[in-house]
Amino acid sequence: MKLEELRQIRERASKDLSLRKGDARVRVVIGMGTSGIAAGARDVMAAFLDEIGVRSLTDVVVTQTGERGLASSEPVVEVHVDGEPAVVYGQMTADRARRVVAEHLVNGNPVSEFVIEVRD
Amino acid sequence: MRRRLDVLVCSGAACASAHSAEVKAALSREIAARNLGAEVRLVETGCMGPCELGPVLLVYPDGAFYVRVAPEDAAEIVEEHFLKGRPVRRLLWETPEARRIVEEKKQVPFFEKQHKIVLSNCGEIDPENLEEYIAVGGYEALGQALTEKSPEELIETIVASGLRGRGGAGFPTGLKWRFVAKEAGPTKYVVCNADEGDPGAFMDRSLLEGDPHAVIEGMEIAAYAVGATHGYVYVRAEYPLAIKRLTGAIDQARRVGLLGANVLETDFSFDIELRIGAGAFVCGEETALIASIEGKRGVPRTRPPYPAVSGVFGRPTLINNAETWGNIRHIVLNGPEWFSSVGTEKSPGTKVFALSGKVNNTGLVEVPMGTTLRELIFDIGGGIPDGKEFKAVQTGGPSGGCIPAEYLDTPIDYESLKELGTIMGSGGVIVMDEDNCMVNIAKFFLEFTCDESCGQCVPCRAGTRQMLDILGRITDGEGRPDDIERLRTLGETIIDTSLCGLGRSAPNPVLSTLRHFGDEYRAHIEEGTCPAKVCTALIRFEIDAETCRACDKCRKVCPAGAISGTPGTPPYRIDAEVCIRCGRCAEACPFGAIRVESGPAKRDT
Repeated sequence: MKLEELRQIRERASKDLSLRKGDARVRVVIGMGTSGIAAGARDVMAAFLDEIGVRSLTDVVVTQTGERGLASSEPVVEVHVDGEPAVVYGQMTADRARRVVAEHLVNGNPVSEFVIEVRD
Repeated sequence: MRRRLDVLVCSGAACASAHSAEVKAALSREIAARNLGAEVRLVETGCMGPCELGPVLLVYPDGAFYVRVAPEDAAEIVEEHFLKGRPVRRLLWETPEARRIVEEKKQVPFFEKQHKIVLSNCGEIDPENLEEYIAVGGYEALGQALTEKSPEELIETIVASGLRGRGGAGFPTGLKWRFVAKEAGPTKYVVCNADEGDPGAFMDRSLLEGDPHAVIEGMEIAAYAVGATHGYVYVRAEYPLAIKRLTGAIDQARRVGLLGANVLETDFSFDIELRIGAGAFVCGEETALIASIEGKRGVPRTRPPYPAVSGVFGRPTLINNAETWGNIRHIVLNGPEWFSSVGTEKSPGTKVFALSGKVNNTGLVEVPMGTTLRELIFDIGGGIPDGKEFKAVQTGGPSGGCIPAEYLDTPIDYESLKELGTIMGSGGVIVMDEDNCMVNIAKFFLEFTCDESCGQCVPCRAGTRQMLDILGRITDGEGRPDDIERLRTLGETIIDTSLCGLGRSAPNPVLSTLRHFGDEYRAHIEEGTCPAKVCTALIRFEIDAETCRACDKCRKVCPAGAISGTPGTPPYRIDAEVCIRCGRCAEACPFGAIRVESGPAKRDT
């Protein structure tokens, strides 16, 4: 192994540790309360994780939270981008999740048709 | 699919003995059962520090810190937290005094006041996975050293950093490197001293278990700087996990060309062998350690010649402690100015301590030099359990001394501790509270060094035995008026006339307690009392007739049959002649009617 190869390994391997660094630009919080799960939050989360993986977005973390009371709007997903108000999406599906990744996380444009709340 | 949780399972020795492997297996089963395998990763790491609270788990990215996790908790953690995102509050870190739930690791004072350099990877990466070490910058320092720096530059970098030996004596590391580099080759050796033997100390063990590659990398950089081709790590046989991790790390590094012939495809070749020590305390002394590496009996020899001139097999040898090695890569990467900006002027950098004894957060901590003992014990250590009074702190293990409360604001550095009659040592810190008898503590440590004396020098071999006999009779209530003076003379003589560090420091626990707790010695000798109520010959148990309810519990637990009485007819009585002063009765009494009193038993007439 040469020094350049070592650095290539580091480049690749450090992405694998991004969760532990706590310097994510975007936090996606998925409501995983009972009603959220019943409404399909698991599939929504899986779609987020898959799409983020496919696009190799290393500065995004996906976490969950409990019930927020908006049962009729479940699955509910909050997107926190550094320095911007939190955007809450309602009645999410796997397909909508993929659109949020592409349009909001990557291009910076919240998908207004699914937004149910914007919080500072 | 992107992973969303990294669950770090501490597998340091303390957590391992608290069954962390079973916890990990249970978590793994539960994760598989819920089909979360692709989203949640379990990572086994080295020691995270708060050993008292093991087994511990750290969950990223949210930073939830779980303590005292049992295998039965796995289902709840996986279902509630990993699946639904609700941390299981009853298992999150809680400070004993405040009983306040603190949810995030960074808010825990135990971590907040620490400054991790040497331990920065311990508990954060998988020590058995070379890629994780590389991911956090591993072997970059070696790469830069081999391709961009001359040996002379590296030595001057270490000299300029001001790094001093972390094994205890505090000799400037860079100077040692310079001495060895000056010697003629071609055969020179680099040695890692990981023969950690102080009771209650586990700094080196945790580093080797939690970040073995850091030690290897430090040794390689030094080998390049001083022109050595071969290295030894001397580690005790009673550290099986450290040996396993280190052996694995050496193999991994060799396989990918980070160790062995032509490291990183340069002209530099260096290999490392393990030497397993049988656990003799004296082998931590460098000349004894070298003898042991050579296959000889581990006894110290006179210096000079120093190992830098004539070490392993008579060749120039650079020997540093494991923690010292752990600092090297950081200094090479960040520069000497960065390093000397941490800590104090004369003692730059950080020091790893193993906190133990009467302190709430026992475990492994790393603080900047110059941190006060009070911060170490009360902020990071969380103070004394059960609302007891702090009495003394022992640093430097059996070679160190005890420091009383009035010096708690002393900054921790080599010189300040020496002035107080103790030493930095390798980093063992034992906290004592009001229930500890200082004479008894001194006896405990001296028993250890007396046992571990190699026997070569008469003052150490016979002198520590004499001192032990005197301490024995003092704690038995048979101390003589001139015993204090005798202890002092013996102690000073042993220090003056012993060859190695073991003998020259063995009397420290006695001399320092004589200096700071002389009254306690005099109470034992002159008044026949043990103020801390520890020495069994000098205490008595009494039943308070007013409080006793004659429940018969004390009589049932007494192993000596010393208690008599009739159930329902108070008071009960303790026969002082028969009583062995084990204290079981006082623990068993539901009414607090049994007290321990200082002073010899009152004989019934």
